[in-house]
Amino acid sequence: MDIPFNVKERPDTGLYNGKLGIWLFLASEVMLFGGLFSAYIFLRTGVDNWPAGTEYLDVRLATLNTLFLISSSVTMVMSWASLKLNDFKKFKFYSGTTLLFAFGFLVIKYFEYSAKFSHVPPYLPSTNNFLGIYFTMTGLHVLHVIGGIVVIGYYFGPGSKMWKADPERFTNRIEIVGLYWHFVDLVWIFLFPVLYLL
Amino acid sequence: MSEGNHKQSFWTKYIWSTDHKIIGIQYGITSLAWLLFGFVLISIMRYQLAYPGTPIPLIGSLLGPDGALPPETYNSMGAMHGTIMIFLGVVPLAFGAFGNYLVPLQIGAVDMAFPKLNAASYWIYFLGSVIMVVGFFVPGGAANSGWTSYPPLSNIATTGQTVWLWGMVMLITSSLLGSVNILVTVIQLRTDGMTWMKLPIFVWTQFITAFLLLLAFPPLEAAGILQLMDRLVGTSFFMPSGLVVSGGGPYAGGGSPLLWQHLFWFLAHPEVYVLILPAFGIVTEVIANNTRKPIKGYKSLVYAMIFLGFMSFIVWAHHMYLTGMGTTIGAFFQTTTMIISIPSVVILTALLLSLWGGSIRFNTPMLFALGFLPMFGIGGLTGLPLGLAAADIHLHDTYYVIGHFHYVVAPGTIFALFAGIYYWFPKLTGKRTNEMLGKLHFYSSFIFMNGVFMPMFIQGLAGLSRRMNDGGETYAHAAGVIHLNEFMTISAWLLGVAQLFFIVNMIISLRSKKTGESNPWNATTIDWTDTTSPPLGHGNFETVPTVYRGPYEYSVPNEKNDFSPQSQKG
Repeated sequence: MDIPFNVKERPDTGLYNGKLGIWLFLASEVMLFGGLFSAYIFLRTGVDNWPAGTEYLDVRLATLNTLFLISSSVTMVMSWASLKLNDFKKFKFYSGTTLLFAFGFLVIKYFEYSAKFSHVPPYLPSTNNFLGIYFTMTGLHVLHVIGGIVVIGYYFGPGSKMWKADPERFTNRIEIVGLYWHFVDLVWIFLFPVLYLL
Repeated sequence: MSEGNHKQSFWTKYIWSTDHKIIGIQYGITSLAWLLFGFVLISIMRYQLAYPGTPIPLIGSLLGPDGALPPETYNSMGAMHGTIMIFLGVVPLAFGAFGNYLVPLQIGAVDMAFPKLNAASYWIYFLGSVIMVVGFFVPGGAANSGWTSYPPLSNIATTGQTVWLWGMVMLITSSLLGSVNILVTVIQLRTDGMTWMKLPIFVWTQFITAFLLLLAFPPLEAAGILQLMDRLVGTSFFMPSGLVVSGGGPYAGGGSPLLWQHLFWFLAHPEVYVLILPAFGIVTEVIANNTRKPIKGYKSLVYAMIFLGFMSFIVWAHHMYLTGMGTTIGAFFQTTTMIISIPSVVILTALLLSLWGGSIRFNTPMLFALGFLPMFGIGGLTGLPLGLAAADIHLHDTYYVIGHFHYVVAPGTIFALFAGIYYWFPKLTGKRTNEMLGKLHFYSSFIFMNGVFMPMFIQGLAGLSRRMNDGGETYAHAAGVIHLNEFMTISAWLLGVAQLFFIVNMIISLRSKKTGESNPWNATTIDWTDTTSPPLGHGNFETVPTVYRGPYEYSVPNEKNDFSPQSQKG
């Protein structure tokens, strides 16, 4: 018993199952972050004085992080394209680079967070609602980055065996991971101006 | 079929199964158990309402020092009754059980699109439901801020609320996996010839329900995360400035309790349609089959349901007229609320007209389906005054509201679910249920359901608040209507007794011999016509059928039988 359209596309929808699945999952994620962005707007418009992001946050580090994530999105696409071109070595290279960028993002985030905690007086989520929503939204985003690292790392390492057994399926997997990773990137593209610049 | 034939151990076959049929049954059994548990909670609460302050027989000593139900426990039970009935009972039964079992069979798929995710979805649900109930055993008891968990109350509530939130996060994850699965299955795995306008209405309802779950639940997850932050990390997303709470704080403030209500109802209104759409689907199948004629207005039904699903996202704030959110917003939501009643009426009318001129078979599933129509009608119509802010000023937070939504969900959706259980029981088991017991179950449930919920309208119109743990003994408005409490309580217990007919029926029927018929109702959809009863293990079909016809071709002129299967050329 095989489930149809697991690897090949269904002619009338032009999608294989996993790709449709990830798009629907991302739609749900849009609603999750959409809920949080709405909460941000609701909280901000509900009070008279809302601090500017620059009062608490380091725009330079965040800009660097933005560059990291955008670059990782590019290398992610390249890793998928390499598989399409049947070049497994290049896939390894680009996939590894994606991981490095992602780790770089986490390292900078770590320095950002610890700078807040060690500030005198400490900047904590409970200090005010700006910091509260900052930690909540970026924290949830960091969890998504970690999730992405786990999956990309899996297909970079042990999961890459699938390439030998079923290259088309493996390429599909990378495409799916890529879609997710671009979404994580995109969330940051919204988070950065909203929290740091506005 | 390869996996269906070789022998599997009990554990791989029934527990860690990835077969959509087994997972459907797992969902079904678990959710029925939770429904029963939720019912037990309310039976205890109703004792307290009818005889406030008197010790509860048998279990009283477990609940409080004097044997009576303490107010805190009453609140916990109320919150958990709502949570359990909706998130652990009705939705998993209607969507998890029925959807899992039937959608692949009705569209000619060998399984769900992602069988492993499907199993994960069940187990996460199971875990989440256990976490929910663990709340009863933490200090301070289970969540006690109502199933709506309004802050600031829920922010300062005991640990049970945190447990509730973690449970909720699990349930949302489970529903996410389940809804992606149903959507991909319906879009990708329809068999040859099963075009969108040939889908059985049941599949349409599951499809739209899945969309609602997919898009409406995440904002509640966002709200849950924010509330967890408030409770665990000390943020003030839902705590307004200047709030003084005995034994709590200080709070940084600057937050808004209204924010929670918006995020919560953004889920919880579509949730109403998650509860009712699968019921529409089941009732449609049963009515078409037992009137032996096509459903009136198939396309109207489909478009009405799609419209209903869409509109359900923009009516949420009609739950919040009295929160001070402003009359302009109120006006908008009154308008959308009046608009959303139109597709509901279209659906109910189509089902009612489908009865016209049919040669109706009054078997158990049909009785429940017929019972559904007026009961849901009452539930829907009593909702109209609540949708108008002016009337809502008087009615909100009274027993009228409780009566209204229970008519929609209890004698409404749950009757439809019973119809579905009786209707598809032969499919699941190859056996028949006992008609006599089934009819007794229906008539007794029908009477006692109304006995419980009809007086709520009277009490509510008189102004009795829904939050009184003494049934209104200390409440001036209740004086004229408090005597109804005892009648309702006794009705509720008898309603519980009436369910014994169902339980006994299930046990007797499961022990009976297989009838050998695969299509006892002479139905047209391919779940009946092209699979055995029960269906084959993994794979469902001997040969996957091709579909040539619409789903309800009953009594087609000049054909040999009064039912023409979807898979029959014609």
